[in-house]
Amino acid sequence: MPLFERLYNFAHWLTQDREEAEDLVQETYAKALKGFSSFQPGTNFRAWIYRILRNTFFTSRTGLKAAAMVPLDLESDQAAIPAAKDTPESILLQRSDRELVQAALCRLPVPYREVLLLCEFEEMSYQEISATLAIPMGTVMSRLSRARRALRDTVRELQAD
Amino acid sequence: MACEPWTAKLDAYFDGELPADEARALNEHLRGCATCTAESLRKLQLKHAIQAAGQRFAPDPAFRARIQKSIAARRSSLWKWGGLQALATVSVLLIAGALLLTLSRDRRGERQLMSELADLHVATLASSNPVDVVSTDRHTVKPWFAGKIPFTFNLPELQDSPFVLVGGKVSYLDQSPGAELIFRVRQHQISVFIFQERGLREIRGNEAVRTALSFEVRSWAHNGLRYFVIGDASGQDLDTLSELIKAAG
Repeated sequence: MPLFERLYNFAHWLTQDREEAEDLVQETYAKALKGFSSFQPGTNFRAWIYRILRNTFFTSRTGLKAAAMVPLDLESDQAAIPAAKDTPESILLQRSDRELVQAALCRLPVPYREVLLLCEFEEMSYQEISATLAIPMGTVMSRLSRARRALRDTVRELQAD
Repeated sequence: MACEPWTAKLDAYFDGELPADEARALNEHLRGCATCTAESLRKLQLKHAIQAAGQRFAPDPAFRARIQKSIAARRSSLWKWGGLQALATVSVLLIAGALLLTLSRDRRGERQLMSELADLHVATLASSNPVDVVSTDRHTVKPWFAGKIPFTFNLPELQDSPFVLVGGKVSYLDQSPGAELIFRVRQHQISVFIFQERGLREIRGNEAVRTALSFEVRSWAHNGLRYFVIGDASGQDLDTLSELIKAAG
């Protein structure tokens, strides 16, 4: 099955719950099969199926709740805040800090979490992310920048705990 | 602050989304700016950390079986519905997906390897002690590695070339020790990594020309060893140095 493992991983990251992730993946496949005629050959298949998955998620109860908790400045398209200047205390991550980063990712609002996963883990281009999330490229860049900053701050908070 | 226009571009640079001319200019700036190099290192580390953290949840085998069954059932009902075309589209979907996954998996492994090498190279550039054995003479560098790495290699004769051997140190990739040699050509530093091919992630083709995070990379295998040449010098410089190393065999 195409992309099964990856779709499941992404669904679980979104829902934070095994059962809900399974329902989400199942519904995504059902919708993809039913709506395959809406897929335009030559366009990006991966972006198409991920878009179905996250649209399905955001109409679920957990998804609606997650969307309600989104920070207010998320969609503002102003220039992203420049990288942290407080370099002396800036974190230096070790490769072994996987669990710490996972915990920090879980704490991020869903839009930050998903854009980071699509960019870093799925290695999507900005254009692919833009197609998946249905947002302009400029918003992809500013959201990524905010998400990275938020993750850095969260990792630092967790390290301080 | 003079660095601000540059730091704003670092994300796009490391995401491989900066146009080539801007990437070159940023590269130039990075070589002379310790603040931005340190920031780059942090960004790269965060990027790798998220990459590693992303793989976390695996589907239950029972769930996989359930989905497979439901797709098969759907397929047969589509068939009954007179949907030869539907079956064809489903097959295309499955094949396209599988192909995409294989391709992206291959590409991912290779890209990860290249970006780890770029990471090691940047770390060397940023380090105050870039080499453990300092030398301008190949006869002091090669013996230094004896006993530190599980193989030996030959160093090229550089007398009539623009390259200078700065030194070397032991490096690690995929948990295996190897050699990192640092060469200088004009103002550019080039790292040459040599690792045993066994146990290393696979790279398509014996000879490879790649770019990783805007660095030029050359790679080839010889006698069970894999060589990587990486740096911000021109592709031609990297080719020349690669040829010299190959000739030394």
